Amino acid sequence: MSLVDRVRALLGDDAVDVAAAHDGVPRVAPGSPDAVALLLGTARSEGWRVRIEGAGTWLAADAPADLALTTRRLDKIPAIEPQDLSATAEAGIGCDLLRQQLADRGTWLALDPPGLAGRTLGSVVATATAGPLRQGFGSIRDHLLGVTFVTGDGRLVQSGGRVVKNVAGYDLTKLEAGGFGAFGVIVLAHLRLRAVPRADQTLVLEGSREDLAQVTDDIAAAGIQPVAHELLSPALARRERWTLAVRFAGSAALVSTEEAGLGAATGGRFTALRADEARALWTHAAESFAARPVAFRVGGLPESSDELLDLLQHQVGDEWISASPGIGAIRWGGETTADRLRRLRRTLAGLEVPLTLERAPWPVRAAVGHFGAYREGVGPLVAGLRRTFDPGEAFVVAVEGTE
Amino acid sequence: MTIGETSLVEALAEIVGARHVRTALPERVTYAKDGLPTHRRVPGIVVLPGSRDEVVAVVRLLAAVRVPFVPRGAGTGLSGGALADDDAVLVVLTRLNRILKIDRQNRLAVVEPGVVNARLSAAAAPYGLQYMPDPSSQTACTIGGNVAENAGGPHCLKYGVTATHVLALEVVLADGRVVELGSPSGEPWGPDLTGVFVGSEGNFGIATRIAVRLLPVPRAVRTLLADFSALRTAGEAVSAVIASGIVPAALEMMDQSCIQAVEDSVYAAGYPRDAAAVLLVELDGSREEAVAADTETIEGILRAHGARNVLAAADAKQRERLWLGRKKAFGAMGRLSRDLVVQDAVVPRSALPDVLETIGRIAASYGLTVSNVFHAGDGNLHPNISFDGRVPGLKEKVAAASGEMMAACIAAGGTITGEHGVGLDKLRYMPLIFDGNSLAAMRAVRLVFDPEERVNPGKVVPVHACREWGGLRIADRGLRIEREVRSPAQSEIDNPQSAIAPRGAR
Repeated sequence: MSLVDRVRALLGDDAVDVAAAHDGVPRVAPGSPDAVALLLGTARSEGWRVRIEGAGTWLAADAPADLALTTRRLDKIPAIEPQDLSATAEAGIGCDLLRQQLADRGTWLALDPPGLAGRTLGSVVATATAGPLRQGFGSIRDHLLGVTFVTGDGRLVQSGGRVVKNVAGYDLTKLEAGGFGAFGVIVLAHLRLRAVPRADQTLVLEGSREDLAQVTDDIAAAGIQPVAHELLSPALARRERWTLAVRFAGSAALVSTEEAGLGAATGGRFTALRADEARALWTHAAESFAARPVAFRVGGLPESSDELLDLLQHQVGDEWISASPGIGAIRWGGETTADRLRRLRRTLAGLEVPLTLERAPWPVRAAVGHFGAYREGVGPLVAGLRRTFDPGEAFVVAVEGTE
Repeated sequence: MTIGETSLVEALAEIVGARHVRTALPERVTYAKDGLPTHRRVPGIVVLPGSRDEVVAVVRLLAAVRVPFVPRGAGTGLSGGALADDDAVLVVLTRLNRILKIDRQNRLAVVEPGVVNARLSAAAAPYGLQYMPDPSSQTACTIGGNVAENAGGPHCLKYGVTATHVLALEVVLADGRVVELGSPSGEPWGPDLTGVFVGSEGNFGIATRIAVRLLPVPRAVRTLLADFSALRTAGEAVSAVIASGIVPAALEMMDQSCIQAVEDSVYAAGYPRDAAAVLLVELDGSREEAVAADTETIEGILRAHGARNVLAAADAKQRERLWLGRKKAFGAMGRLSRDLVVQDAVVPRSALPDVLETIGRIAASYGLTVSNVFHAGDGNLHPNISFDGRVPGLKEKVAAASGEMMAACIAAGGTITGEHGVGLDKLRYMPLIFDGNSLAAMRAVRLVFDPEERVNPGKVVPVHACREWGGLRIADRGLRIEREVRSPAQSEIDNPQSAIAPRGAR
């Protein structure tokens, strides 16, 4: 019996979409977490190699595999609890649909990940790709109350829960968030929400990088606390010069006083955007990263932001850069080679700055790896965790490069 | 070499100095409990290394002779998590108490594990910075212990628990290898192993250096005390505040029993004695005008949802007094009876009114006194049972009532611990919230860090409840792992004795 026939017998005819698989890899769309477990259990016993896909808009669906497991049919939102500010959503739900349904209930997931609007929740969690709101609301893991995932040998595992505080057992949610699917397929996530802010204001200032770095220092010195404080390269902001975009969100009183404080600290140089202008700015900045083949993030310290931007400019160019200088996080998007990425990672490692490859065609991913240049003792732990959660090496994930 | 042999004691003494190895029974008994009085284990040997290198040497020695060990901070934990049996070595880390760096520009600090929580914030204050997690024991508990337990505290409602603030760790694994997890920016070098380590209750190794995020001390702070004539009404007001979109820095609740205990103590804060419950609400931020406006909004919500009175602290002195009552409530409750069990569970915030009533009914059905003081904004309950462990049959009643309270919280969609950890105390409840696969997955992760399960054995994951897991490699070289797996009955209260105040004058 062929692989396709076997999967059809397991999950039903509608779970397999052979025609849609552009590279000849059959695409399987299980309709429930249990079906994912059944499929991966079978994959383990049959020795099938599996690549994981969401909407296919962030990580390219190009890894060599025997079958592609897509989470597209796991698109339900079992619970939205406005009173508890929590929600439970399946991994295949598009972020745009999730955002809309949350907004209808007066709630907000304070995440603005890079990529297209329909990117799946599972993709955002598995790659831990936070956007500019990381300044005010933290990284992906800070929005997760728990996850359910399926291991490479088909075991359904729960971690965390749906309450906002929870220390029962080890926190495997942290392993799944940013694990790039190497430790399991995320099928369900419990999310921490916020109420839709009463006021939401974005202000922008154009200038040279040096000028805007000084403005950043002034903002910090004045104790201003924006929820996003993002330095956008000219190409990314579609402007002549670098743009510093500052966003305040919260109660009307909070936003208006912070805005006044910003004006006082910076001599009123910022321009307030209308809501539609702000939406266009942030949406364009997020979606642009899905239009270029490579994206990576580096985690530096605030004081080293300028130095790191210089380094990126020198080694890979300054095409599309979105940086949070207040916390030292930088995302780069554009075209580059595996060799350049490897060299950059080595240079950054010397500065104690990690580089995580978020997005690239398979040959580059395979060569460079999402992770690399581990600190002392980390490699054996990662290898041990991979063996634990994927004992048959079913998942095709470029955790480390081939260097 | 076994724990009973003098050669092990001598080898440890060679590393840390003879006066930092405790073998006499009266000395070891000092470490037989943590902040929870219901579990008692006397460690075989107590060793107090004074540096990271000494920790590494001690752990390598114990690995070579295959002796289990338990890391311990100040011993203020509330789950029996830092207790060692007589065949294990207790590694006490309080001598590693240096603040290695405070980096104002990048808002971070690097500390050794024995640094006391409040001391870090005091050291950061001159730079206008603060370490945000503030457990009630913050004047005694250590950052290393906070990392192990993923400690919380009142102000974690707005600022997040310990895991939110830990950026990087230097960890000594069970075999003595030293690993570096995370980076000062918080971005990991691979999977988020820092996040996995935090809250692992000492099972994954000993953190010898900890980099934490510091945040600016808020420039504006307002504190409100709202009192209610019914516990249910106060619970409903909590939901209304949360749903408003304004996130208070803290939102704490105390019931009447707790109010009376505080007002009868030296920590009397001026809480209205006739109130069924009070809410302590704090708002903070960088702008006085914004905090004032948000406070006004919250005050309106509290009044609209049944608050009889809302008192705004007039100045810092009054604010401190209101908080002292809350922070010392557990101590004040020690006056109610000879023994006190501090419980810890979490429910969805909207379930608070119903669950509080259920807890009251359970306590009444056992004839027990329960006082509630807890982090209402997080739905993190602390039902505290006062009792006299010398009364025959009472400790069994306390155990049974605690079990029913946990079951009620689970039934409401909650969990068994929000900040105290599983330790020994909650081991029996773990199968109620996690299935065999999930427990086995946790154990499998532990085996990656500690293949012989020698670090803090017998805690967190009830091994008997784990489903068979292909990847598991059970220690098989003479370690008595199964001995550590106590039956549910054995895991219950061992030896209740008061760790707080004796029954005393009111």
